[in-house]
Amino acid sequence: MSVLELRHVSKVYGQGAAEVHALRDVSLDVGQGSMVAVMGPSGSGKSTLLTIAGSLEVPTSGQVLVAGQDLATMSRNGKARLRRRSVGYVFQDFNLLPGLTAAENVALPLELDGAGTRRAREAGLRVLTDLGLAERASNYPDQLSGGERQRVAIARAVVGDRQLLLADEPSGALDSVNAEAVMRMIHAACRRGIAAVVVTHDAQLASWADRVVFIRDGCIVDQTTPAPGPESLLGQDR
Amino acid sequence: MSVRHALLALLSEGPKYGLRLREEFEERTGEVWPLNIGQVYTTLQRLERDGLVESDGDGQDSPQKRFRITGDGEAELATWLRTPPEMSAPPRDELVIKVLVALRLPGTDVREVIQAHRRYLVELMQQWTRIKEDDAGRDLALGLAVDAELFRLDAVVRWLDAADGRIKRTAIEPFSPKRDDLPRLRRKTGVTR
Repeated sequence: MSVLELRHVSKVYGQGAAEVHALRDVSLDVGQGSMVAVMGPSGSGKSTLLTIAGSLEVPTSGQVLVAGQDLATMSRNGKARLRRRSVGYVFQDFNLLPGLTAAENVALPLELDGAGTRRAREAGLRVLTDLGLAERASNYPDQLSGGERQRVAIARAVVGDRQLLLADEPSGALDSVNAEAVMRMIHAACRRGIAAVVVTHDAQLASWADRVVFIRDGCIVDQTTPAPGPESLLGQDR
Repeated sequence: MSVRHALLALLSEGPKYGLRLREEFEERTGEVWPLNIGQVYTTLQRLERDGLVESDGDGQDSPQKRFRITGDGEAELATWLRTPPEMSAPPRDELVIKVLVALRLPGTDVREVIQAHRRYLVELMQQWTRIKEDDAGRDLALGLAVDAELFRLDAVVRWLDAADGRIKRTAIEPFSPKRDDLPRLRRKTGVTR
C-alpha cells in the first residue's frame, strides 16, 4: 500500500527572470514498510521534495497523497492533524527541546495532539525502549551525545501511529558509527511498517534504503533496481 | 591478502596442524576474501624453507603435520603489519578513463555516463549494507571488511559527484588551466590529450 505518492509534482519559486524550478514533474511512490533514499547534490531539489511530501509547502502543480489522502483537498486543520498524527520529521540538527527530558521530547507530539500526559509518556517510553534508549529516558538533551540526540529525535518522529517518516540528512552531523546507528534505527522503524523517505548526499547512508532515487536539477533522473541478495558478493574470486 | 602472512598470523596464536590451519584459514577469510586452498600447503612449504615456520614430523607432507612460527616469522609478521601497502602511484583507473573518454566524445552526455556508474556503485553498496544489516554488528571481522568495501565504493561515488559538479561548473564558466604545469601530472595520471 502506498503511504506517500507524488504525482507529476513541480515547484517553481519566483517569477519571470527570477523563476527557479526547484522540482520538475517528479513522481514517487513509497509503500508501507519501505525506505526510499533521495540522493542528489545540494540545490538539486531534495529538500523541497521533502517539505512538499510533508505538506509544509504546496506544489505549483501535481498531486501529493499521504496515506491515500490528497493534500490539496484537505483543510489547513486537516493537514495540521495529518502532520501531528501520521508524519514524523527528522532534521540534521535534531531540534529537541532543551527543557524537556528525552522521554518528554518523544511524548510531546502525542500530547500536542491531545493525548493524556500519562498515555503519551507511556507511548514515548515504549518507543525509546524499542530503540534501545530506555536508560536515557530521563536525561535532558545536553546530557546526551550527538548520536543519542538524533536517535531520540527519530523516536519522537515515529511515536504513536506514524505512517511516514521524512528525514533530511539525518546523520549529516554525526561520525560514521553514530550515522550507522541512526540508519539502523530508521531501517528498524521501516521493518515495523513505517514508510520512510531519507534525503541525503551520502551514498553510505543511502545504501540502507530499499530503493535509491537520484535527483538532479529538480528531476528524478534515475533509481536503483532492487538489489540481488548479498550472497552474490560472497564467494567471488577477486 | 597474502596467504603467506595470513598463515603466519594464524600460527602466531600457537602451533597448529596443517588440517586445522586450512580450516581456520577458510573460516576466517573465506567469507570476504575467498582464496585458493591449494595454496595453503605450498605456502607452508615455502615458509618452512625460508625459516619463518618449523614443523615436527618426518618431512612428509600430511594434514597431520604440526607447524609453529619461528622468531624470524614473528618479526616478518610484525614488519608486514606495519608496512603500508603501495598506494602512492595512481592506478590506471578504468572508471576515470571512461569518464575522460566520454568527455571528449562528441554527442556523449558525460553526466549520463557518470550517473550509470553512480547507480551501479550505489546498488553494490546496498548489497554490502544488507550484509551488515543481517549480521546486526555481531561479527567484528565481517563488519570491518564490509566497511572497507563500503568506504572504497563511497570514495568512487564521491569522485563521480565531484566530477559531475566540476563538469556542470565548467559548462557555465569554461576552465582554462595554466598549461605549463600540466604535462608532468598528465603523464603521471595517464591522462592523454
